[in-house]
Amino acid sequence: MANKGLDDHGQGIGRREVLECMVWAGTGVLWAMSGGVPHSVGLIGEAAAAESTGFTFLQMSDSHVGFDKKANPDALGTLREAVAKVKAMPMKPSFIIHTGDITHLSKPEEFDNADKVFGETGVQMHWVPGEHDLIDEGQGKAYMERYGKGAKGAGWYSFDDHGVHFVGLVNVVDLKAGGLGNLGAEQLAWLEADLKGKSNSTPIVVFAHIPLQVLYKEWGWGTEDGTQALTLLKRFGSVTILNGHIHQLAQKVEGNMTFHTALSTAFPQPAPGSAPSPGPMVVPSDQLRSMLGLSTVTVLQGNKPLAFVDKTLAG
Amino acid sequence: MKYLNSHLRSAAARFVPGRALAIAMLLGPAVGAMVAFGTVAAEETKDANVVTIDNFSFGPGELNVAVGTTVKFINHDDIPHSVVENNKAFRSKALDTDDAYSYTFASAGTFSYFCGLHPKMVGKIIVK
Ligand SMILES: [Cu+2]
Repeated sequence: MANKGLDDHGQGIGRREVLECMVWAGTGVLWAMSGGVPHSVGLIGEAAAAESTGFTFLQMSDSHVGFDKKANPDALGTLREAVAKVKAMPMKPSFIIHTGDITHLSKPEEFDNADKVFGETGVQMHWVPGEHDLIDEGQGKAYMERYGKGAKGAGWYSFDDHGVHFVGLVNVVDLKAGGLGNLGAEQLAWLEADLKGKSNSTPIVVFAHIPLQVLYKEWGWGTEDGTQALTLLKRFGSVTILNGHIHQLAQKVEGNMTFHTALSTAFPQPAPGSAPSPGPMVVPSDQLRSMLGLSTVTVLQGNKPLAFVDKTLAG
Repeated sequence: MKYLNSHLRSAAARFVPGRALAIAMLLGPAVGAMVAFGTVAAEETKDANVVTIDNFSFGPGELNVAVGTTVKFINHDDIPHSVVENNKAFRSKALDTDDAYSYTFASAGTFSYFCGLHPKMVGKIIVK
C-alpha cells in the first residue's frame, strides 16, 4: 500500500503493517501509547479500561461546510451525522477541538450553518482556522470576528483544563510561494513565552490545521517552521499534536510526542502519492461514511500519553 | 485492504479528462476533421492566454505573452485555489470550481505566482 511518509520509520515492518491496516481500515480502535509503542486496547466502550481520568475531549476536523461536489454532495449532512454521534455519547466530552476547515469557502452562510450544527452538541468548542476558513474578502476577517475573540495574532491562543495545557496554533496564514504551512516568527515567539512558566511534567496538547511535522512534502502536508515549535516542546514529558488537513488518520509516536491527524467529516483524501493530487477522493457512496469520522481523546492517569478512539460515521 | 484499492482505482478514474473525449470526437470522421480543424485552431489561439488549474497544478507552468496580454486563470478542481503573485503584483480571490480570474500584463517582466491556499502550486508568466 502506498503510504510513504505516514509510517513510523525505524520500527519493525510487522508493527508498521499492523498500524497501517488498523488505521486505514478506520475501525474505531483505541490506541493507548506506552513506552512509545501504540497498542490497541479495545473499542470505544472499553475506554475505561485504560485508567481514564474521566477527562475526555473530542477532535473534529475538516467539516468543509458548503462543499457539495461529487466526493460528498452534502457535507453539512455528514457533519450533522457526526454531531448526532456526539450527542449520543454516554459520557459527555469536556469540549471539542476543531482543527480547521470549518467551512469550504468562508461564506457567512457556511459559518452560520456550521455554528448552528456544532451548537447542537451543547459542548464548548475550541477552534483553529484551516486555509478554507480565511478566503473571505477580508482574508480571515470573517473567521476572526467569530472565533478570534481573546486570541493573539491570526487566532492563536492557549488555555488550561484538568492540568493539561492546550495550545491552538495557526499555520495557514502568510504562506510563502513553494512552501508548506507557516507559523511565522511572531507566533513562535509567543509560543516560547507561553510555555516558559510550564513545568516539564505538564501534559501539553497542541492543535493546528496542517500537520506540524512533514508528512508528505510533495502535497504540502507539513509546516515549514514546524520543527521550531516541536523543539520548544521537547522538554515536556507528554506532548500530543492534533492536526487535520489530510482527511485521513495518521498516527506516529516519537519519544514523548504523539502525532495524530483526524478524519474529515466531509470527504476523504487519497493516501500520499496514491493519486495525481490530494483533491477530494470519490468513493462509492456506501463506503463514504467509513472514511469520515471524529476522534475521542482521553487523558490517562499518570504521565501517560493520551488515548485515542477514532470512530467513523459508519459505525 | 481490498476495498481501499478499489477506492484508489475509482479516484484514478476521476482524472480521465472529459475534454480529451470531446476533441477525439471532433477529429473522428475525416470530413468532420476539416471543419473541426478551424474550431480547434481558433480555440488554441484563445487558449494561448489561459492557465488552467487541474490536479493542484497550473498549466502551462510557464507562459510567454506579449505586453498588454490578458491572461485568464481557470480552476477545474473540486477544491478552491487562488492566484497570488510573489511580489503582490496581483492576487485573485479564491476560485471555486470553474471560476476564473483575469489579469492584464501592462509591463514586461517575469511574474512568478503561487496558490494562496496551496503554496506548493507555483507558476510563471513571462511578459515580453
Ligand atoms: Cu490551491
